[in-house]
Amino acid sequence: MTATAEPEVGKARLRKEDARLITGQTKWTDNIQLTGMLHMAVLRSPVAHARIRDIDCSRATTMPGVAVVLTGEDFAAEQGSLPCAWPITEDMKAPPAPALAVDQVNFAGEAVALVIADSAYRAADALAAIDVDYDELPVVLDLEEALRDNDLVHPDLGTNKSATWIYDSAEAGSGTNVEDEIASAEVVIERTFRQQRLIPAFMEPRSVVVDPSADMFTIWSATQIPHILRWMLAAVTGIAEHKIRVIAPDVGGGFGGKLQVTPEELLCLLVARRMGRPVKWTETRTESMLSAHHGRDQIQKVTLSARRDGTVTGLKVELLADMGAYLRLVTPGIPILGAFMFNAIYKFAAYRFVCTNVFTNKVPTDAYRGAGRPEATFAIERMMDELAVELGMDPMKIREMNWIKHEEFPFNTVAGLTYDSGNYEAATARAMELFDYESMREEQQRRRSSGDPVQLGIGISTYTEMCGLAPSRVLGALRYAAGGWETASIRMLPTGKVEVITGTSPHGQGHETVWSQIVADRLGVPFEDVEVLHGDTASSHKGMDSYGSRSLAVGGTALVHAADKVLAKARTLAAHMMECDEADVEFASGSFSVRGTSTVRTLGDVVLAAHVAHDLPEGMEPGMDADATFDPDNFSFPHGTHLCAAEVDTQTGMVKIRLYVAVDDVGTVVNPLIVDGQVHGGLAQGIAQALFEEAVHDEMGTLTTATLADYLVPSAADLPGFITARTSTPATSNPLGAKGVGEAGTIASTPAVVNAVLDAVRHMGVRDIEMPCSPERVWNALQGRAADASAPAAGGLGSIDAQGGQS
Amino acid sequence: MIPAEFKYLFPSSVDEAVRMLAEEGEDAKIIAGGQSLVPVLRMRLAAPTALIDIGGLTELTGVRDDGDSLLIGAMTTHYEVQRDHLIQDHALLLRLVTDTVADPQVRHRGTFGGSLCHADPAGDLLAPALALDAVMIIAGPGGRREVPAAEFFVDYFETALRPDEILIDVRVPKYTGWGAHYEKLNRVAQAWSIVAVAAAVQVSGGKIAAARVGLTNVGSGPVRAADVESALIGQPASAEAISAAALKASSGDGYKDNLARVLTDRALMAAVAG
Ligand SMILES: Cc1cc2nc3c(=O)[nH]c(=O)nc-3n(C[C@H](O)[C@H](O)[C@H](O)COP(=O)(O)OP(=O)(O)OC[C@H]3O[C@@H](n4cnc5c(N)ncnc54)[C@H](O)[C@@H]3O)c2cc1C
Repeated sequence: MTATAEPEVGKARLRKEDARLITGQTKWTDNIQLTGMLHMAVLRSPVAHARIRDIDCSRATTMPGVAVVLTGEDFAAEQGSLPCAWPITEDMKAPPAPALAVDQVNFAGEAVALVIADSAYRAADALAAIDVDYDELPVVLDLEEALRDNDLVHPDLGTNKSATWIYDSAEAGSGTNVEDEIASAEVVIERTFRQQRLIPAFMEPRSVVVDPSADMFTIWSATQIPHILRWMLAAVTGIAEHKIRVIAPDVGGGFGGKLQVTPEELLCLLVARRMGRPVKWTETRTESMLSAHHGRDQIQKVTLSARRDGTVTGLKVELLADMGAYLRLVTPGIPILGAFMFNAIYKFAAYRFVCTNVFTNKVPTDAYRGAGRPEATFAIERMMDELAVELGMDPMKIREMNWIKHEEFPFNTVAGLTYDSGNYEAATARAMELFDYESMREEQQRRRSSGDPVQLGIGISTYTEMCGLAPSRVLGALRYAAGGWETASIRMLPTGKVEVITGTSPHGQGHETVWSQIVADRLGVPFEDVEVLHGDTASSHKGMDSYGSRSLAVGGTALVHAADKVLAKARTLAAHMMECDEADVEFASGSFSVRGTSTVRTLGDVVLAAHVAHDLPEGMEPGMDADATFDPDNFSFPHGTHLCAAEVDTQTGMVKIRLYVAVDDVGTVVNPLIVDGQVHGGLAQGIAQALFEEAVHDEMGTLTTATLADYLVPSAADLPGFITARTSTPATSNPLGAKGVGEAGTIASTPAVVNAVLDAVRHMGVRDIEMPCSPERVWNALQGRAADASAPAAGGLGSIDAQGGQS
Repeated sequence: MIPAEFKYLFPSSVDEAVRMLAEEGEDAKIIAGGQSLVPVLRMRLAAPTALIDIGGLTELTGVRDDGDSLLIGAMTTHYEVQRDHLIQDHALLLRLVTDTVADPQVRHRGTFGGSLCHADPAGDLLAPALALDAVMIIAGPGGRREVPAAEFFVDYFETALRPDEILIDVRVPKYTGWGAHYEKLNRVAQAWSIVAVAAAVQVSGGKIAAARVGLTNVGSGPVRAADVESALIGQPASAEAISAAALKASSGDGYKDNLARVLTDRALMAAVAG
């Protein structure tokens, strides 16, 4: 075997998985065809809140190709309740969550009946022949209104409030009392921000195939979490866990949207069990938008106290978080993940966070890229700008005064975390230089004084985030039902090739490439000689899957440990083979040698010797495989400085990003190309929240943005060329020094853009603009008109309104 | 979603297509590029019993010179319109508008005639067709008839076409040497216009000799800004004159009224400059 000369870690390798993913020459769940397979179509409620009086399936049952039509009644005894793994408080209220509604529907899009037919077309045809008689109930949509409990989403619970979760620095001993700080402050700023509801909009729609043959249930699903899914399906159905095999084949994106145990996964399993035949379900885009979980949707009331010199003292956050109609897998915990991030990189003396989780008649919310941290980062970065305006200070100055200095790490924060490392000065200096901050401010001044119809604004976001989920003991303390460790196995094959089995579950991130780079470096084998297996519970027997920017920091570390175990054993065997003392064995570029001699054994020689096992040291087991499981003892904390220059056309309200500079510190970078890709995609999604995307419901609770013509996901054509750069302060919590990069761009960019928009028009009397900053909203704000809460003018077939005029 | 079942027919002449339409009855539909019809089918907003695919009727594609006017075949794709020399020389506005339609995939399949027949008020080709005094040439069981654009667009997604008729050609007078511009405001590149303004201007001796202005997505169909056009005639091609005329694009105080005025101003300024 040849050794790799150049280090793999740090190399911008093209992704080895891309050719098959891009050409589709691979197994996506919907490509799977099994003999005798049935197709499932789901009838969804058109109304947001109703009692189901009657479902008449008689016509549908007789339609061509239909095997059976099933309703919630049919499954009432066996479907149980979809799992919620994060009961955030002891007294949290959680309604039963049937996969198929039995007597009541609680959001428009909820599944009410299934057609099982011999083709997807015939199943879809029969849906129209099912008659459901709904008795409509009052619809609860607005968070503040919901809290008054006038109308209840779940009457049996007696309230729309699910839980209240509090963190208080005085009680926790991590800081002083926030009310004292506010009472004695020289400046107090209070603002309310709305985090609009977003739709994850992964590229590959969800799809499930269940095969009940061979005394086993084999489940293929477009999921981020095959291991958790297997565990939860066993728990919900009572099917023995070892009789369930879950396979996440290649999966086309998730962004948290596939971090779920979905009604359809459970229903396919139950239908396959009942029919004794394989069943497939693949959703349409509209179905996805109507029923897959949404993200964000909070009202944030934030109070910040400070001294006149700009020093911040206290931060109080009161959140209302929209759960939607049910608590899905980690729904209640999403806003809580933000609890530790509102204080961000700043040294507040006191902090209090109170979150109230509220039910409404909408699609349940759950994880969406950043999950809690983008919301927190938005609020604090907006507040820092508000404070700068209030005090007439430069917004970067005020951040600099208050952030944790490089020499102060490790730093215990007011929210109870320990930031292991960081260098905010370095990232900021680089960003300011790339952005040419001073000349941008000069141009802004020129445009203001000349009354240019196109005004320029500068937005800052000096963010940090917590990722690398997560130390298991911390998750336990937060009442999360699972751990945060990760597993890796290395199988050394007799020909010297390497199989890596990882418990992470990539769905677009490029783990196969990065894991191969790590192993190639560690073991001195060629990059091409490593195959990475993932996403199949039969081969990857345990894992905690991929989300929360955890895969490299946690799963990559497990892999390093497994490689080190392989090497340790190989070194012992090499010493035996070369008849020397183990202490004299050196390892470099894939070969063992005896110090000071020319005796050499390649790793391949040693692996083969271990495999044939003809001559092993006393007590050594044959083979050279190794497993390792890593449980981190801290999160990792990427950070960075993002600067955005936005042009606002004051005549049309149109916002155009002129320049976007992102300097991120994600610690050690294994593959710069993949990191850039993650940053670009992350920025696109964060900018999308600032300018484009919003899930809008009408007053009946119908989602009016249920196609990609109405829900405006931006494309490359709508985004600027990003300028990205990096500083590197390695994480101290893992041997790679990696921090995670999956969510950083999304977390950082939203406030940078909105701050820029406001900075452009603040001198014209505008104080706030709700997201997304659509042209109509911006224009209304400039006219001094109240922001229009209804759908921003979008496009598509539903765009036509009659208010436009012509003389 | 998955469309409901339909019969698929592939005529080889216009006459055959017309006959098929009559035979299949009211629930049959012409399919051209399918870029508007297929989404409607997939979402089951409509379930025609038969689709008559006019994609094989080569006589309906391409642009011909017909003396004072151009004849644009209904099946000419957006992509072909963008690259046609006759259009470039004599109906520049149509090329500029077409450049803004959707994305390359859609422009390769979507057709000029299909856009007009679909009659989405947010569709981009309606306003220029109206402003340029296009005439629709229609084939039906009783032969051919001509309908001017001003009478063709009836309401939201509704035209003067009868269920048994096919649009075959669009006659567009030549606007040789006119300046033109399409000013479109949309939120993302793929989104439809919130409002857009199509303008063509003939300048001679520094004065505006003639102007055509059409507005997209401000009503139930395309709108001709006739007051703007008449206010411009004989005026100098100056920013002041144009801004004053553009105010007549709308009198309301809503967002779209504002856009109609602002974008008319911009479209006209660019048209006189080009
Ligand atoms: C993603 C996307 C983005 C788009 N963006 C834009 C945009 O920005 N601006 C824009 O203007 N358009 C846009 N479109 C629509 C596009 O321009 C379509 O091409 C056009 O609307 C319809 O043309 P078609 O040939 O595809 O017609 P089809 O979809 O085949 O037909 C549309 C309708 O017209 C009827 N029809 C078609 N041709 C004839 C005929 N010759 N005689 C009688 N009836 C006929 C059909 O029966 C049907 O009812 C977009 C489409 C998509 C899919």
